[in-house]
Amino acid sequence: MNLALTILVDGLGYASYLFIVSLGLTIIFGVLKILNVAHGAFYAWGAYLCAFLVGQFSTMGVSDIGTMIAIPIAALTVGIVLGSMIERTIIKNLYGRDEVLIVLATFGLFLVLEDIILLVFGVDPYFAYQPTYAMPGFLIGGIYQDGYKLSMIVLSLVVGIASWAVLNRTHWGKLVSAIIFDNDLAIAMGINVRRVFYVVFVAGAVLGALGGAYIAPTISVAPGFGIEVIVLSFAVVVIGGMGSIVGAAIGALMVGILRAYAVLQWPEIELFVVYAVMAAVLIFRPEGLFAPAKARKI
Amino acid sequence: MDMIKDKTIVGLTIGFAAVAILGVFVMPDWLLSQTVIAFARALAVLGLLVLWRTGLVSFGHALYFGLGAYTVAMLGRYFGISEVLITLPAATLVAGGIGFVLGFVIRRYREIFFAMLNLAFSMVLFGILVKTESLGSTDGFSVEQPTLFGIGTDTASNKLVVMYVGICVVGWLAAVLVHRYLQSVLGSLSTAVRDNEIRVEYLGYSVAEAIHGKYVMSAALTGLGGGFMAIALGQVDPESMVNWTVSGELVFVTILSGPGSVAAPFIGSLIFELLRTYATEILPQGWQLIVGGTLLLIIFFLPGGVWSIISKAMGRKEAEP
Repeated sequence: MNLALTILVDGLGYASYLFIVSLGLTIIFGVLKILNVAHGAFYAWGAYLCAFLVGQFSTMGVSDIGTMIAIPIAALTVGIVLGSMIERTIIKNLYGRDEVLIVLATFGLFLVLEDIILLVFGVDPYFAYQPTYAMPGFLIGGIYQDGYKLSMIVLSLVVGIASWAVLNRTHWGKLVSAIIFDNDLAIAMGINVRRVFYVVFVAGAVLGALGGAYIAPTISVAPGFGIEVIVLSFAVVVIGGMGSIVGAAIGALMVGILRAYAVLQWPEIELFVVYAVMAAVLIFRPEGLFAPAKARKI
Repeated sequence: MDMIKDKTIVGLTIGFAAVAILGVFVMPDWLLSQTVIAFARALAVLGLLVLWRTGLVSFGHALYFGLGAYTVAMLGRYFGISEVLITLPAATLVAGGIGFVLGFVIRRYREIFFAMLNLAFSMVLFGILVKTESLGSTDGFSVEQPTLFGIGTDTASNKLVVMYVGICVVGWLAAVLVHRYLQSVLGSLSTAVRDNEIRVEYLGYSVAEAIHGKYVMSAALTGLGGGFMAIALGQVDPESMVNWTVSGELVFVTILSGPGSVAAPFIGSLIFELLRTYATEILPQGWQLIVGGTLLLIIFFLPGGVWSIISKAMGRKEAEP
C-alpha cells in the first residue's frame, strides 16, 4: 500500500513537470505543425536563468519563499525574449518547408542554444534549493512528502486547466482551433495566421521554460541536461497523440508513473520501458492513445 | 557490364585511389585518423542517403550505428574474436538483420512518424545499454586490438595506415555498390516512391517492399560504419554511439553532404569532422554553436548540400535531391 502510494506521488510529481514541458511542445506541433527540438533548449534556459536568479535573490537577502518569484520571471523572460527571437529570425522563414527539414533546423538551433548557455552561465553546475526549503512537507498515509513536489502537481493542474480554458472558452482559442482545422480557410476568413503562429510559439516556449524553471530548485542544473528531456517529452507527446492537450496529460501520467515504478522496483528498465511504450504506441496507434483518429485537435 | 563507361564509377575509383595514395604517402597522422573517423561515419550517411532519396529521414539510425559498434566490441570481449574480416561483416549482418525485422513495422510509416518510430527504437537500445552493468553501462568498454588476416600490430602508426587503406577500400566498394543499386530498376524506384506512391503501386511494384529493401540496406551500411567507428575509436559507449544526438549528427551530415551523389557523404563527413575539430580548437565550449550554426546556414542557403557546389563547379546539371 505504502509502496503504491509512493509510486503514485513520485510518478505524479515527475509527470507534472513533464506535462508542462510537453504541453508547450504539443501546442506548437498542433498549431504550427513543427516538431521543435529546440524546445529542450527553452527548458534548459528556463532552468539556468531560474537557478541564477534564485542565487542572486538569496544573496540579496530575499526569504526562501520570496526566491520563488524567480520561477515566473525566468519562464516569462526566456519564453518571450528567446521565443520571439527564434520565431522572428528562424521559424518564420521555415513555414511551409518540408516537415523533416524543419525538425533538423530546430536541431541546429538546439545545438546553438545549448552552447550559448555554456558561454553565458559557464560549465559549473548551479544549485538553487531555497524554494524547496520554503515549502512545508506533508504526511500522506504515514509517509512524509516533499511540499515542493506537491506544489508542482498543483501548478501543472492549474496550467493544464488554464490552457484548456483559453483554447475552448476564448476568442483567441477559437482562432487557434480554426487554424488547426483548416489553415487556408482561416487565412481566407481574414485571420492573421502568422500572428497566431507567433503567439502560440511564444506561449509554447514559455511553457517549456516554466517546466525547466520549476524543476531547477530540485536538481543540480548542469550542462547537457536538456538533452534527455527532449526525447522524453517527444515520448509523452507521441504516446498521448501529437497536438492534443489531454493526450499530453495522459502521456505524461503514463511516463511518470511507469518511470516511478521502474525507479523503485526495477531500475534496470527505467529508460527502456518509456521508449518501449512509445514504440508500441506508434506501432499500434500512431495517432496516439487518446487522440481521436485523424482529427488533430487541441 | 559497362562499368568502365560509367563516369561515376570511374570517378569514384580514381577519387578513392587518389585519397588512399595521398593518405599513405603525404598526409600527417592526425589527418589520417580524422579521415578514418569521417569515412566510418560516411558509410552510415550513405545508408541515410539511400533512404533520403525515397523522401524518408530516420532520426534513429544511431540504433544501427550502435548495434554495429557493440557487435564488434562484444565479439572481442566475449569470444575473443578481433579479426576485422569477421567482426565487420558481423556488424553489418547484425544491423541489417535487426533492420530487416523492424522493417516489417517501419515500412508502413512515412514522414514524421517514420522519423519518430526510428527514434523510439534507438532509444530503447539506449535505455537497455545505459542500464546494463555487464556492458559497462554509461561508461561503455574498450574494444580489443583488431587483427587483419590474424596479424595484429602494436605500432599505432602502422595500425592507422592499415585502417586508413581499409576504410578507403570499403568506402569505395560501398559507394560503387550503392551507385549500381540506385541505377537499377529497384533503385530508381526511390524517386518515384517519393513523388507518388500510388503511381508506383499501379506500375506493379510494391512500395512497402521497395522501402523495406532500402531500409535494410541503410541499416546494414550504418552498422558497418558503426563497426568501423568502434575499431577506430577503440571504445564503445551508449552516449557517443546510440543516443539520439548521434542520430541527429548522422542526419546533419546527410543534409550537409546533399543527396546528389554517392561520393557526397564522404566529402560531407570529412568537412564535418574538420569543422568539428577546428570549432573545438577555436571555441572549446562552443563547438556545437558553430556546428549548429552551419546546419542552419545550409538549410537556408545551400539546400542541395556541399555536393551542389561541386556539381555546379563541374558544370553539371543539378541532380534531383
